[in-house]
Amino acid sequence: MEASFYTTKSKYPGIFGWLFTTDHKRIGLLYLISTLTFFGIGVLLGLTMRLELIRSGTHFISAQTYNAVFTLHGVIMIFFFIIPGIPASLGNFIMPLQLGARDVAFPKINILSWWLFMIGAALAVTSLFTGGGPPDTGWTFYIPYSVRTGTNISLAVFGVFLIGLSSTLTGMNFLTTIHQLRAPGMTWKRLPLFTWSIYATGWIQLLATPVIAITLVLIIVERFLGVGFFDPAKGGDPILFQHMFWIYSHPAVYVMILPAMGVVSDIIPVFARKTIFGYSAIAASSIAIAFVGYLVWGHHMFTSGMSDTARIIFSFLTFLVAVPSGVKVFNWVATMYRGSIKVDAPLLFTLGFIFLFSIGGLTGLVNGTLSTNLHIHGTYFIVAHFHYVIFGGAVFGMFAGLHYWFPKMFGRMYEEHLAKLAFYVLFVGFNLLYFSMFVVGYEGMPRRYYDYLPRFNTPNLISTIGSWILAAGLFILFYNLIHSLIKGEKAPANPWGGATLEWQTSSPPPHENFDQVPEVTQGPYTYR
Amino acid sequence: MTDLTHNEQKSIDYTGAKLGMWLFLFTEILLFGGMFLLYAVYRDVHSADFHEAAKEMSLVFGAVNTVILLTSSLTMALSISAIKNNRRTASMLYQVVTVIFAAAFLVNKFIEWQDHILHGIYPNSPELLAMSHGKILYFGLYYVMTGIHGIHVLIGAAIICGTLILTKQGRITSNDYIKLENTGLFWHLIDIIWIYLFPLFYLIK
Repeated sequence: MEASFYTTKSKYPGIFGWLFTTDHKRIGLLYLISTLTFFGIGVLLGLTMRLELIRSGTHFISAQTYNAVFTLHGVIMIFFFIIPGIPASLGNFIMPLQLGARDVAFPKINILSWWLFMIGAALAVTSLFTGGGPPDTGWTFYIPYSVRTGTNISLAVFGVFLIGLSSTLTGMNFLTTIHQLRAPGMTWKRLPLFTWSIYATGWIQLLATPVIAITLVLIIVERFLGVGFFDPAKGGDPILFQHMFWIYSHPAVYVMILPAMGVVSDIIPVFARKTIFGYSAIAASSIAIAFVGYLVWGHHMFTSGMSDTARIIFSFLTFLVAVPSGVKVFNWVATMYRGSIKVDAPLLFTLGFIFLFSIGGLTGLVNGTLSTNLHIHGTYFIVAHFHYVIFGGAVFGMFAGLHYWFPKMFGRMYEEHLAKLAFYVLFVGFNLLYFSMFVVGYEGMPRRYYDYLPRFNTPNLISTIGSWILAAGLFILFYNLIHSLIKGEKAPANPWGGATLEWQTSSPPPHENFDQVPEVTQGPYTYR
Repeated sequence: MTDLTHNEQKSIDYTGAKLGMWLFLFTEILLFGGMFLLYAVYRDVHSADFHEAAKEMSLVFGAVNTVILLTSSLTMALSISAIKNNRRTASMLYQVVTVIFAAAFLVNKFIEWQDHILHGIYPNSPELLAMSHGKILYFGLYYVMTGIHGIHVLIGAAIICGTLILTKQGRITSNDYIKLENTGLFWHLIDIIWIYLFPLFYLIK
């Protein structure tokens, strides 16, 4: 194997050369493997729920177990998979390359972030098997139940706290990197839009995560000391907990989606052979989404007892935050118009993203409207909404990025036909699984329930079958990628004809990324 | 800097290191901000009770701790200007004094807490629960906020012990003192947070 970052001699022997690496590319792969493993576990938990819900009536898991399953599904998917998600894996690997840098600003803090992530995840997993058993509060840990339940909340929550610290440090690292380590000639207006999205995401990671950190600490303090901040018997207010929780957790969803949108903005110009339409608008919209996203958290609490005035303001701001997302979708479509389009797997997943995210986003407006929210709050309509935007959006975006940058990261090409098959199977399974949930949700089926009324039987059956088709699609996708890792044909430096800097070095890149520090003289999407 | 081969030249991004530290400090401000939010909301609802409860606080302890921390910020700053002027021993001395001040602060806090606890005022105590809601919240906030602040004082002191060692080893020098400077920034933040805690808990009577 020729010299690449895989073969670099480390001062640590064997696997420790990876576990203690300070190379952003190796760290990106460490995150990729760990986050995808957690994704797999989360998928299994999801399949378990769908199996129980295949028909009304209790089948093979108890109500208590079901509560633990949906809690873990949420905690694992959100905190262990999709929030680190694209930034920690693809961001770590690709962003410094796109800047023309040799590494991130603080390589040792980078690997520390990964260790904090792994230790946090290990602690949270330990909570499954110790004390009162796995948490059963939902991933939202609402007071008072999270204080009163005998399950192992403190350990799980502390694990999430450490993962939050990991995320905060990564945000700090990426922001400093993008400010300080751009190659000569790489002005802000020449940054690839993927890097712009990592930049905007970094600000959210930095400023929002500490709020969940203190909120989680307060849960632990409450469980051990009974201080009473959220206990009405002691003068506290449980709604204040909800405010503090969502002040982070809403911006967190923009941590999930912005990098995926960045991937899309990078892929479309390459596969349409056309420069991006409205570069400045897309860059600015990333910042706008990050900013306005801090102002809308109350839309998770419309039925919790806030004043009408507060609810009207939050609803208005929620509508506002949809505007910059719309700007992106229009610009992407305009980029493809009259382009020379090649529908390879990266573009196919990108098109899937645009379609599924749009459905999710539009239903978000239904949720954000006060009158309809009363009807669908706490139902499967909400579950469908966020799976369309997070899974159909962020995860499909991640799959698009995985295929797009697969040659760069692994030096091999994936098999194109299998990738396309995986997409179509996934797409069919996804829509069967989640569109049914819009239907039952609108008809009133509550979420987080281990059973339901018989009149909801048919859509639930369709949904469960959809989950199996989806699982098959995931299997094909990852079988393809893993098989191609070993047997795929060797990839050239620039298989897609991309114009961003990562394609100007070998596949995979050498240890210090570029033989010579690149000089940048033009923008990232100069085609015609 | 001279123990590296020419292949391992260290390039020090002074601006980058400073930028990273300031970004981290913003996160600390937000962390404490969550607790200040709780304080603001509950004091707004229970202003009379907060005023009453504050009378239980010892102004002497609070003021002494304020003077201690402010002076420790001074000695920290002096340690940085000392190393900038290549006065290594002076810098180390100032760092030692800073750590001593930190220890004094923590001892003070311990005595103060012990005093309250012996009087039956601690989270979930029968005496406390018999009081009005506002007072329960006030003391809850007092323990949690000064407690988390105290943990940061401890961490800061430990880090200064680390920079002390680095200064002794000649790894913090007049050419490369960013680690000391960033530690100083952290220390000043801890000081500033106390500057807000002091009036909010001790001076509202």
